[in-house]
Amino acid sequence: MNQARQIFAASFTSLKRDWRAGELRLIALATVLAVAALSSVGLFTDRVRRAIEAQATELLAADLVLESTDPITADLLQRARKSGLERTRSVGFRSMALAGERLELAEVKAVEAGYPLRGQLRTSSELFGAEQVATTIPERGTAWVDARLLQALDISVGDTLKLGDTDLRLARIITYEPDRGGELFNIAPRVLINLADLDATGLIAPGSRAEFRLLLGGATDAITAFREQVEADKGQRLKIQGIRDARPELRRALERAEQFLGLAVIVAVALCGLAIAMASRRFTLRHYDTCAMLRCLGASQRHITGLFALQMLLLAILFSGFGAALGFFGQTGLASLLQGMTARALPAPSLWPLLTAVLAGVVAVTGFSMPQLWRLRAVSPLRVLRRDLAPAPAGSHIVFMAAIATLALLTPWQSGNLKLTLYVFFGLLGTAVALAAGALTGIRLCARLRTGTGIAWRYGLANVARRADSSVAQVLAIGLGVTALLLLTLVRSDLLESWQDRLAPGTPNYFLINIQPDEVAGLEGFLRDRTAVTTELYPMVRARLTRLNGRVLNPDDYQDARTQRLATREFNLSWSGRLQDDNEIVQGKWWPADPTGDVLFSFEQEIAERLGVHMGDRLTYSVAGREVTGTVRNIRTVDWDTFNVNFFVIANPGALEGLPATWITSFYLPGERRSLLTDVVRNFPSVTIIDVAALIEQVRAIMDQVSRTVEFVFGFTLLAGLVVLLATLQNTHDERRMEAAVLRSLGADRGSILKSLAAEFLAIGLIAGLLAALGATTISWLLARFVFELPFAINWLLWVLGPLSCTLVVLATGIAGTRHVLHVPPMVALRNV
Amino acid sequence: MNDAPGVIVQARQLGKQVASPGGTLTILADIDLAIATGESVAIIGVSGSGKSTLLGLLAGLDLPTSGEVQLTGAALNSLDEDGRAAIRAGRVGFVFQSFQLLPGLTALENVMLPLELARIENAAEQAASGLAEVGLSERLQHYPRQLSGGEQQRVAIARAFACRPKILFADEPTGNLDQQTGAQIIELLFRLNREHAATLVLVTHDPAIADHCDRCLTLAAGRITGEKLRAGSMPSPPSSPPRGGRGDSMSGPASPSPLAGEGSGERGA
Repeated sequence: MNQARQIFAASFTSLKRDWRAGELRLIALATVLAVAALSSVGLFTDRVRRAIEAQATELLAADLVLESTDPITADLLQRARKSGLERTRSVGFRSMALAGERLELAEVKAVEAGYPLRGQLRTSSELFGAEQVATTIPERGTAWVDARLLQALDISVGDTLKLGDTDLRLARIITYEPDRGGELFNIAPRVLINLADLDATGLIAPGSRAEFRLLLGGATDAITAFREQVEADKGQRLKIQGIRDARPELRRALERAEQFLGLAVIVAVALCGLAIAMASRRFTLRHYDTCAMLRCLGASQRHITGLFALQMLLLAILFSGFGAALGFFGQTGLASLLQGMTARALPAPSLWPLLTAVLAGVVAVTGFSMPQLWRLRAVSPLRVLRRDLAPAPAGSHIVFMAAIATLALLTPWQSGNLKLTLYVFFGLLGTAVALAAGALTGIRLCARLRTGTGIAWRYGLANVARRADSSVAQVLAIGLGVTALLLLTLVRSDLLESWQDRLAPGTPNYFLINIQPDEVAGLEGFLRDRTAVTTELYPMVRARLTRLNGRVLNPDDYQDARTQRLATREFNLSWSGRLQDDNEIVQGKWWPADPTGDVLFSFEQEIAERLGVHMGDRLTYSVAGREVTGTVRNIRTVDWDTFNVNFFVIANPGALEGLPATWITSFYLPGERRSLLTDVVRNFPSVTIIDVAALIEQVRAIMDQVSRTVEFVFGFTLLAGLVVLLATLQNTHDERRMEAAVLRSLGADRGSILKSLAAEFLAIGLIAGLLAALGATTISWLLARFVFELPFAINWLLWVLGPLSCTLVVLATGIAGTRHVLHVPPMVALRNV
Repeated sequence: MNDAPGVIVQARQLGKQVASPGGTLTILADIDLAIATGESVAIIGVSGSGKSTLLGLLAGLDLPTSGEVQLTGAALNSLDEDGRAAIRAGRVGFVFQSFQLLPGLTALENVMLPLELARIENAAEQAASGLAEVGLSERLQHYPRQLSGGEQQRVAIARAFACRPKILFADEPTGNLDQQTGAQIIELLFRLNREHAATLVLVTHDPAIADHCDRCLTLAAGRITGEKLRAGSMPSPPSSPPRGGRGDSMSGPASPSPLAGEGSGERGA
């Protein structure tokens, strides 16, 4: 015990001494960075997860929600009443809100008294006014709206808002809506109305796209019993959401984000580990004499190991603490990057991610430094007499194995997904190998280029070539981070632009949906007169595929989640007498113009393959309680990029007649004729307008914010790369000092030495930057070609700005890390014997 | 400062002290010295006697804490480090004990260094002919690690003479070589020194090497304690009276070595 205290005291003293001597600064810096990266991502994802979990009930505004695309049946209501549950209904849909000449797409929700059953609805009477908890719902003839809508329509409280056929007085502003909190991305502003006003709007007709919800509240047992009862009734086709399965899509998205960010962080941690390994190698070498002396004075090998391991542990704990504090600020940065995207403020983070990050930091420091420090116990006491007696430094295979073990320990912890981990690991390994090969080529080229240059360039480039190992490490460490950042830039801007550029001029930019049968003729005429373009209106029937060749369709028959969803959700079926221009039959024939009385289907190729539908198959669809059975007559391909209205499944004319249908159309409207839309809504109030450009803009905004979050995390990777650069520079510290002294004694001034350093780091930065640009371009070409199937154009600006900024960063860091050689007295050249 | 004609290095009342935890440590004190153009001077003494420090001060690699140095007519005290570097460039050559070739550069590039720093044209051609002079014309593209110790020192000598310097400073040039190679290097050094008519200041602890020089100064505990002229050599310039001697007080803990008096007071040959 006494001995342990002694070793502890000695470790602490030696930590202080080595810190003063500047031996430990890089290890500390790498630790701080690794833990800051781990904790900022950990804290951020924890906040988002807690936001989802802690308010699961609030997210539903009930204990149980039953959702259907058809109105809630009286029978269901009756059963809920019998079970003694609190209940209230809501209907959600999208529609155009109109005020004066302005219009805006809104998410309308019509609610009944009692809403919300759980959580609070909060409103204010004026923009930015005091918030009040609502105890009622909007009175008949009034609407409560998001502040966003006021700005979009340039109206204020008290003004009138037109929704469908009804004028509603704007009564209050919604400041917080419980069952909206989980929607990470708010597409359109909310309009809350009284359910009793819904009919008057004329917006909901059979076949309209709307979500009918029954919100239920009650004791857990009663809720569970009712849920089981509903689940047992297969005929109901209800989507059931309880507290435990609230927002499954959101949870999945979060899980993916967590895994991805976790792995991005691991790259930063691995680079920090590399820096720690390099710095601890130098630390070890510089402590050989101390250890020899201690051994000579009688210290055991155990004492030596204990002393230095404890010193490193103290350092790890101390600086992991600093890193965690920094990470705390980092996560506020991350949260603010997503500002405006999340519907509500995130809850405060818990301490748990901080603790795990600190622990991970300690594991990283220990794992990466111990193979080196372990050599200290092998220092012979005889070294005090013979300085050439030194243990061999830790073999690179030992360091490599320890690093792999450390990362293996940290990675699943971060990602929690072995498959993703392996993908990322091999992806990174491939990138790293490619970068290293490229770096080596670049470095060899430097060696050749140096003949015929001035003295500073020759010496600088010679240094790049001579220290090929450390040059490769530098290029690799920096290249990884820069590649990731450049790739994000390309994906964010270029891919989306390339897709938009591909759209032909005059591609439809507006869709009109929810057109009622009695409006078809009128709207057709209206559009023909006003746009001078003949637009075709297509009928649309909502139907669910129930049987394939007589067998009940079972979602579990399909492997992937997307097909499972396709097998359960409702399709929009259309009918048509002729094949659209942007469709092409690949199998079978289009149906004859004369009706035969048979029901025939035309299937889009991809959906047919997914569902396993073939020519001649017999399919049964359920449409508004009726069954329609027919034969697959042909399979066709669709060019979706035309933005024309298109359908996965089309029936022959007459097959779906008499079923509730709405019509849909798309057309191109130049920006200056946008006022036409106001007239459309005035004349055809139930019609909903979808602005494609606005949707694309929203997608872009979301992609922007998400990629900034990822960039933030890769920023740590870049910083870690710079720490690796500093570590390699520290390892060449003595050599550089000596060489600078020799140059000085031969008459070189500071400027020449500075120029030679600049040449060296320019070369390293340029190689790393060019390789990163090449890497990012290659990956983005692969994505464009094989994943998104888009044409690819090289972004030359990236090839200029990427290498340029990379070079500047490396130059600044490199000069900062070696500036000491500018002040080396030339006498040093004489002192080295 | 009134320079004696033909004097290339002159030191007056030169002293060097450094701060140490035990107080101020005197490394050199009261050095008065003049070296004539074309003269070869050996500085001998035991380890710690201040030989290398004196060499560094005379060459302008360091500044004295007292006294002054003139090198090729320029007062070094009045110049900053870059100014002193400019004086060295093209005028001063160095040969170091551990060769001090830059490992990233080839033999040719190492020899080109001082030529380029002095902005002399045809650096590559001149460097190649310098390497030919030391018998290494076949080794131009070799890196230092590919050369033997003797070959490395030859490259260093070629580098030292590359600019045809007025003065050459050599610090234990054979210290890291075996006896036979050392002898060859010394032979080469003196031959080139004669051919280039350069002044040579050489630090050594080997009396046999010192015997090659026109004059030999003995340093002990930071002071010149003896001066010996080689038979037939020209007399030392008038402004270099041997000063100080054994028994002068030292302010630091360094005490005169028992060997310090070796050769002290001897003058003439």
